[in-house]
Amino acid sequence: MAIRTEEVQINMGPQHPSTHGVLRMILTIDGETVVDARPDIGFLHRGIEKLAEKRTYHQFVGLTDRLDYLSAMLGNAVYAMAVEKVASIEVPARAEYIRVIMMELNRISSHLVFVGAFGLDLGATTPFLYTFREREDIMDIFEAVCGARLTYSYIRPGGVARDMSTGLDQMIRAFLKKMPQRLQEIDELLTGNQIFLIRSRGIGVISAEDAVSYALSGPGLRGSGVALDVRKDDPYSVYPDLDFNVCTEDTCDCLGRYLVRTGEIRESLKIVEQALDALPEGEFTAKVPKVLKPPAGEAYARVESSRGDLGVYLISDGSASPYRLHWRGPSFINLAAVGQMVKGLKIADTVAVLGSLDIVLGEVDR
Amino acid sequence: MGLVERLPEGGVITTRLDTVLNWARVSSLWYMLFGLACCAIELMATGAARYDFDRFGMMFRASPRQSDLMIVAGTVTYKMGKRIKRLYDQMAEPKYVIAMGSCATCGGPFYDSYAVVKGVDEIIPVDVYIPGCPPRPEALLQGCLKLHEKIRKESVADKKEVAEKC
Repeated sequence: MAIRTEEVQINMGPQHPSTHGVLRMILTIDGETVVDARPDIGFLHRGIEKLAEKRTYHQFVGLTDRLDYLSAMLGNAVYAMAVEKVASIEVPARAEYIRVIMMELNRISSHLVFVGAFGLDLGATTPFLYTFREREDIMDIFEAVCGARLTYSYIRPGGVARDMSTGLDQMIRAFLKKMPQRLQEIDELLTGNQIFLIRSRGIGVISAEDAVSYALSGPGLRGSGVALDVRKDDPYSVYPDLDFNVCTEDTCDCLGRYLVRTGEIRESLKIVEQALDALPEGEFTAKVPKVLKPPAGEAYARVESSRGDLGVYLISDGSASPYRLHWRGPSFINLAAVGQMVKGLKIADTVAVLGSLDIVLGEVDR
Repeated sequence: MGLVERLPEGGVITTRLDTVLNWARVSSLWYMLFGLACCAIELMATGAARYDFDRFGMMFRASPRQSDLMIVAGTVTYKMGKRIKRLYDQMAEPKYVIAMGSCATCGGPFYDSYAVVKGVDEIIPVDVYIPGCPPRPEALLQGCLKLHEKIRKESVADKKEVAEKC
């Protein structure tokens, strides 16, 4: 009698230690090989875009923290930029520099969580403890500047919530000084580990053409060798005045995406240092009315968030709340490529691929 | 614990059964690795180096079958609600629930959203509520210590109330 095999569908998630939140992957498997993977999303859909229509412009700042909660500063910033565009608010130079410092520090902390969680996904527990130790230093800085550890609401339409104190400058410089060596230490734990290399090299390959056609952005795209970065290609804030490189890797695999992120941490350290040196005196916020009623119109703002090209499309009808707000979450768009990336791999590699994309479900489901 | 007699061949302890059981339960309260939203990051931070959950004997388990404690860390949506109920049912008794953060307590900043359950206690019984959005790791630690206090007062003779809500 001939042996007959058939494909089986299994669920990965929504409760699974490595789906980074509540994501359900429907895997079609042939033995241990993944034939197809389909993400089922919506387990964290909170209706934030609809809530924006019920909140005033200032009230909504709090919800922008909770979309991409690992990089809340960037969420704040992109929303503030959209409101400033539609209401024609001029941001003072000092506020722009403080924003850049905070955004880049937030990018570092988000990438640190990625490095820790990616290691955890591939079975390395130690880097997680190390990266969270460094992340706590950034949390201390954020706490000193705005009082919150995770949901900052610090960057607001018109500028920032409050000025940076002089002591903060010292804190950030102390962090910048010790971070490169600490990062080296963490990096060696992973890239010096044969198991980590075997499990990430050549896994989850997506060619540059495919990455572009799936509209990947952020480290997912730059890991495939496409040097596209909103900070360079559609500059905003004071990025044109700052000197930094766009990190790319040509390997198109999970290891490439990891290396892009660690490279970006080093670049962000450079940016923060330059911005601190160039920090001008002046106002930290423009005069913005308590009840903001921008004229009817629309605006689109985009920033390079930790995960990619983050955009906000805002329509105002002249009232105190947005008429419509759309959030272009890079995690959501990057997630679509998972099916293509895991085809033909083993089930365990799905975990590596998902981890390497570093999605945040708050932003996927919105 | 009660009287300890030091004997050459080892010690004898006289105590109540409740005390021994509760001592064991308090000292190894394993929580389920189950993050929903933003609070999960603070849960991870609490498990990491600076706050160190392990010193209370609290370790994460990836399976509900091995967990004693469910920390509901994040916003509970209607789509996820059914899954949370199922996960809770899969846990073995005795089991405890901590509602971490405003969302799990009452819906939090999403109190008027069409997709969000207004508190996880609509679905499963909750032992400790922790306020905050998100709560600081210290707040989570205190919530766990409050749960420890609660467990220490339990008795095997008590019938554990089972909520049949959902």
